[in-house]
Amino acid sequence: MVTPGPSPAPTPPTPPAAPTPSASGTGLTPLEEELLRLAGAVPDPELPMVSLAELGVMRGLRLLGPGRVEVELTPTYTGCPAVETMATDIERVLHDHGVPEVAVRTVLSPPWTTDAISAEGRRKLAESGIAPPAPLDAAAGGGPVPVALAVRCPHCGSTETELLSRFSSTACKALRRCAACGEPFDHFKEL
Amino acid sequence: MTAALALGDDALVLSHRLGEWAGHAPVLEEEVALANIALDLLGQARVLLSLAGDEDELAYLREERAFRNVQLVEQPGGDFAHTIARQLYFSTYQELLYERLARGTGPFAPLAAKAVKEVAYHRDHAEHWTLRLGDGTDESHERMRRGLDALWRFTGELFEPVEGCEVEWPTLHDAWLTRITSVLERATLALPEGPRRGGWAAGAGRQGIHTEPFGRMLAEMQHLHRSHPGATW
Repeated sequence: MVTPGPSPAPTPPTPPAAPTPSASGTGLTPLEEELLRLAGAVPDPELPMVSLAELGVMRGLRLLGPGRVEVELTPTYTGCPAVETMATDIERVLHDHGVPEVAVRTVLSPPWTTDAISAEGRRKLAESGIAPPAPLDAAAGGGPVPVALAVRCPHCGSTETELLSRFSSTACKALRRCAACGEPFDHFKEL
Repeated sequence: MTAALALGDDALVLSHRLGEWAGHAPVLEEEVALANIALDLLGQARVLLSLAGDEDELAYLREERAFRNVQLVEQPGGDFAHTIARQLYFSTYQELLYERLARGTGPFAPLAAKAVKEVAYHRDHAEHWTLRLGDGTDESHERMRRGLDALWRFTGELFEPVEGCEVEWPTLHDAWLTRITSVLERATLALPEGPRRGGWAAGAGRQGIHTEPFGRMLAEMQHLHRSHPGATW
């Protein structure tokens, strides 16, 4: 059975055999919503300034039975090595909140895009010196953005920045340099 | 799952070949770039091989003749221009293939739809370097030409139909040739001449016939797992 965690939220009732969807329109029971919120608050292992929910990689959470939860997670890049750490972190948080059995499943479809990063997530990236991705032009269908498109320097705000390399410290970033302040910086590249 | 092995082995073997540049690339940015591309390919390989069986057993315990990758991806890296030529030929092919698979309803559609966006960056990287080297110094132009020529005979095999992939191979080939021709033209390079496959060597990787360097690559790739079965980090 699900033991309520130390959260100050009202104690969720033991889920009935057939969970009643909440009125919020998400199709989740209140308990599922609470657990999804907890899992989504886990920080990204490589970009700890943003949470998994802000990064847009949480795809869903389902209570399979008393004390058994399945979480769906989508990778940013197919080979992203952070996925395993994300899964371990989610398991730990849900264990700590009284769910003994947590299965994290990786789903690919529909593919993650940088448009899934929330406004708050973008703000936090910029604040930490990582230029957030530009919104994808739906017509262009994503992919490499022309070099001419301005990316703003997260340090001084100048748009006079140049591409040093399309690949940087993690799979999701490109390396740029600002012509105005001279600082190199990471750019979360559009995908 | 012949097709899962074919596509998965392409990604796995090229990933390993690109990883060989770690510590050897001409500049730090390129070391990071090639390692990033290798990582993307490894991620694809894991998904694809898992469709065919146990990913670790398939990667580390198969013999050479059981691999179904095209011979292009197993070719040694050579100099940097040679590696870029291999990247140009392969990533252009892989992007076109994944675009088509992503539109289908087959078992590869979800992976293809995701990976095609990553491969677009690989292709873009290869094109940029082809332009810089081809339209660069006499030395870089000559090295790029040599790389393109040397690997040309391995390009015919890319368009051998793979059973289980619902793709119109002739149109895929035409799109590839158009794209490569246009890039080489802009890079002041000529499209290589000569056969696209060789009777004795090129064109049989999908049937498990591989070139000599592949065995040595596998020995290195598999030795840890074979020497220490079940080892984990």
